[in-house]
Amino acid sequence: MIRIKCPYCGERDHSEFTYGGDASINYPSLDASEAEWTEAIFFRKNIKGFQKETWHHLNGCRMWLEVERSTITHEIKSVKPCHPDLQKLMELKK
Amino acid sequence: MSSKRIDNFGKINRDKIISFNWEKKNYFGYEGDTLASALLANNIKIVGRSFKYHRPRGIMSCGVEESGALVTIGSLEKRDPNVRATSQELYQGLEASGQNAFPNVNFDFGEINNYLSRFFAAGFYYKTFMGVPPFEWGSGTSIWMFFEKIIRKAAGMGKLSRLADPDSYEHAHDFCDILIVGSGPAGIAAAKEAADKKLDVILVEQDSLLGGDQIAEKEFDTNKTLQELKGLGVRIMNRTTAFGLYDNCVIGLIERVTDHIYYDKKDIPRQRFWTIRAKHIIVGSGSLERHIAFNNNDIPGVMTVNAAKHYLNRYGVLTGKDIVIATNNDSVYNTADLLSQAGAKVVILDSRKEVKLDNFNNNIQVKFETVPYSINGSRKIKSIDIADANHQPYSKIDSISCDQVLISGGWSPAVHLLSHRGVKAKWNAENLCFLPGDTKEKITMIGSARGIWNKSDCIKSGIAGALDAMHHMGLSKTNYFFPKEGGWSNPIQPLYEVKYNKSRSKSFVDYQHDVTADDVRLAHREGFISVEHLKRYTTLGMANDQGKMGNIIGLSLMADLLDKDIPEVGTTVFRPPYTPVSIGALAGRNVGKHFRPLRVTPMHQWNLDHGAIMIDVGLYQRPWYFPKNNETLSESYIRETTTVRKSVGVCDVTSLGKIAIQGPDATEFINRVYSNAFAKLPIGKTRYGIMLRDDGIVMDDGTSWRLSENEYLMTTSTAQAGKVMSWLEELLQTRWTDLKVNVTSVSEQWAAAAISGPKSREAIKNCLENPSLIENKNLPFMGFVSANLKDGTPCRIVRISFSGELGYEIYIGSDYANSMMDLIWKEVQNYNGCLYGLEALGALRVEKGHVTGAELDGRVTIEDAGLGKMASTKKSYIGSAMRTRGSLSANKDREQLVGFFPVDKKETFDAGTIVCEKNKIKGSGIGRITSVTHSPELGHWIGIGFVQGGKEKWHNTTLIGSDPVRNKQMEIEVVSPHMIDPEGKRMHA
Ligand SMILES: [Zn+2]
Repeated sequence: MIRIKCPYCGERDHSEFTYGGDASINYPSLDASEAEWTEAIFFRKNIKGFQKETWHHLNGCRMWLEVERSTITHEIKSVKPCHPDLQKLMELKK
Repeated sequence: MSSKRIDNFGKINRDKIISFNWEKKNYFGYEGDTLASALLANNIKIVGRSFKYHRPRGIMSCGVEESGALVTIGSLEKRDPNVRATSQELYQGLEASGQNAFPNVNFDFGEINNYLSRFFAAGFYYKTFMGVPPFEWGSGTSIWMFFEKIIRKAAGMGKLSRLADPDSYEHAHDFCDILIVGSGPAGIAAAKEAADKKLDVILVEQDSLLGGDQIAEKEFDTNKTLQELKGLGVRIMNRTTAFGLYDNCVIGLIERVTDHIYYDKKDIPRQRFWTIRAKHIIVGSGSLERHIAFNNNDIPGVMTVNAAKHYLNRYGVLTGKDIVIATNNDSVYNTADLLSQAGAKVVILDSRKEVKLDNFNNNIQVKFETVPYSINGSRKIKSIDIADANHQPYSKIDSISCDQVLISGGWSPAVHLLSHRGVKAKWNAENLCFLPGDTKEKITMIGSARGIWNKSDCIKSGIAGALDAMHHMGLSKTNYFFPKEGGWSNPIQPLYEVKYNKSRSKSFVDYQHDVTADDVRLAHREGFISVEHLKRYTTLGMANDQGKMGNIIGLSLMADLLDKDIPEVGTTVFRPPYTPVSIGALAGRNVGKHFRPLRVTPMHQWNLDHGAIMIDVGLYQRPWYFPKNNETLSESYIRETTTVRKSVGVCDVTSLGKIAIQGPDATEFINRVYSNAFAKLPIGKTRYGIMLRDDGIVMDDGTSWRLSENEYLMTTSTAQAGKVMSWLEELLQTRWTDLKVNVTSVSEQWAAAAISGPKSREAIKNCLENPSLIENKNLPFMGFVSANLKDGTPCRIVRISFSGELGYEIYIGSDYANSMMDLIWKEVQNYNGCLYGLEALGALRVEKGHVTGAELDGRVTIEDAGLGKMASTKKSYIGSAMRTRGSLSANKDREQLVGFFPVDKKETFDAGTIVCEKNKIKGSGIGRITSVTHSPELGHWIGIGFVQGGKEKWHNTTLIGSDPVRNKQMEIEVVSPHMIDPEGKRMHA
């Protein structure tokens, strides 16, 4: 079982979370071209090692988190809120 | 039959006699016995029949690695097949029987397979049924299906009861600092060391007693150890198996709570499934003794050497009188001594040239450089032929008469739990075993699971393990080291198979699946040279013991054939569970109506009180229909539908998702997520909206009400409520972090009822403090107002229609749902109105061609759904760039939403019907019917669904509705999905 350290709730089982997707994507603006959107939606790197991904603390604080996880070992290197303001807030909390 | 129980040996309680039933006969054992020890004590040699050949099998071990004594416990709904008799504790009244035999294990018709064995060699299924499904797809599945029944009956294990499991099971969770698996000398030492430092320690032992291999030591006192550990605060979980090790030191345990007693009350579960999160895991899971492949090495009376020691010293059973021990290592000599002291005549066959041992009993004859060649006997051992270890090919040089053959081909550390973590085991050529590999995780291997054979070193490794754990936890700076693996005085010598010199040998590698050494060689000849392929082709190691006894022999045979060393051939990966886990334990309490959570609306009881028959919709239970005077479902919904169209009906629509959207950027936000324009929605108005996914496909539809400048209430479909909420949160937290908007789920806070029909306005007026609020001029279509019910309760009324009639939905605080329903229902009855359920709701919306989840199934674009007008061309929104992407817009023949009528108006059809052209009734056709109903207004069945090219293409053509599941075909015609009041006059009235 993957255990994720939610910056707000603490360390929890992955069953409290849902997997979002690739956190490294910068989604294009809404009026961007079909080509840009196609690139953002459909093309993914198949990373062996650490990748940035989003997880939603669905059955917890409902924060969207950016998680750096190894696809080989499930080791988690870092967890932080996706929203920059929440990131700052969590820094202050420390 | 004479008892094999002997005095002055064993730790069973001879004051407490237990009677049990084996194969319909009564026997006696003692408290502390396992079923296996009691059977052995009663001199019962044959306890089962083998998987393929139906050969008689006896008890082969004393633990979880047991391959012979798989039995069925209990009867009827309590029947539990494939239980290892060696792990099953004896209790008063236990009923057990052998398996895979007809009529019984002593006389089995299936034994004929033994003489037909050349037909059942490796790959038998594949070869025999090549070209026959399922091995090759095509027509004629019936051939396989015919033979499958016969084969499955002849090959196999115990049979399930096929009755519902009457036992209860529990899931439980816990945390600790250090969890130790195994209570052998190493595990106990580790527990003491860690508990001494005030750490929270859980010690897990699969046996009923603590001690591991020490239980077979005369002087070892398990109760004293138990008390000592308890005194130190160690939490002890006996009869508990650590079946799987997972990420982050999460470990899965099965606690057998009542399997060792007769218990038929429900207050205690049969088993408890534990998920424990530890900071560090110490594994002292011990090691398993291997056997040696030679001819007839499965005759009842063959057993591992260490098992004989346990039967003697733990259970007081001397398993043989004339015992031959075959070995290649030192571990047997102590046992030989004990067996001899207990009165057995013992001969040791040691493949090695010589051994040097202190204080060895001179009464025991040791034949060096000698190996077991073939056992004579079929139902019991008569004698064993022996061969010269140095003379290959092997041949018989002598024969020794005996009644038991004990084997030790070396020891394999139980590295299973570490293997679950993906850690590859390393071959150790000196000790001829796989040792645990290195891991970065917080897992420490100790004792013989680490390949350490002698007890004092095991204890040292336990202490080192505890210090290692504390070091990782930052709690200890004490230096520690692990003793080196091994520890025998004389080196072990490789001996895996003594190859039989004649054809048709039965040298078993994997007893449980009847895999022989010849099968492995055959697989190699046929080109299966990778271990993983070999395993699957021969099924070696795939029985429920997962190759605990046979894997290494299989590998060594393969290495030999490939002319490689064992490590080059590799090892197979062990996966959880270590020992079988019952499905009931996995399910826990999540069975029957507790299979998933149940959601009910605040007016659930009100609906039931008013005669609702409920239906499951996702997690919700919603009213399905409200029958009057024993009406059937269709009588009821047709009446309800007709009443709504004629006067008025009330329906609980609370399950819709409701989301409060607030903040200065709320309008901008909502305008970006919906495909249609929302920027200019006036305060006090509501609008129907469609949301697309990033890829341009429809995600959900619903409404949003503008409550104030910066505040909206969004409704979603029942099914997508959770998903839409997460989606809005994702957009705000990950993409549009500059928007100042807050979203809150208020689904539980609001209850809602739809009041529909031409009389709805009149009926509602009578429920309000100020009836004029909902006059047509004050509340036009798609408007909403805040109002007070007659009793003063505030509510919101929105004028909206899903039925196509004049309609309203009233939203009220959940706590007031029942009083609101009382009030409305009283007024609605005055207009001869009705309560209606989901079936009528569906009929009303199908008549209007409104789409729901059945249509918006994640493959449909906004154009496909006939809602193209709702895709704004004046703004950008989620999915706007992609909804017209090449692959979607280039295909002019995409499936479009249409209505369907049967050509013969007396015909009916069902949802799921495939739409085909005449004479082209095959495959997925050209469309599908997604929702159907009888339309009281039209007087016949109608449907909506999709067809390629839409109504334009087919409206003059008769098509075929094909329903292969119900074996039905009917002629259908394509019509507009808006079948009633297409201009919408009624709802605007
Ligand atoms: Zn959280």
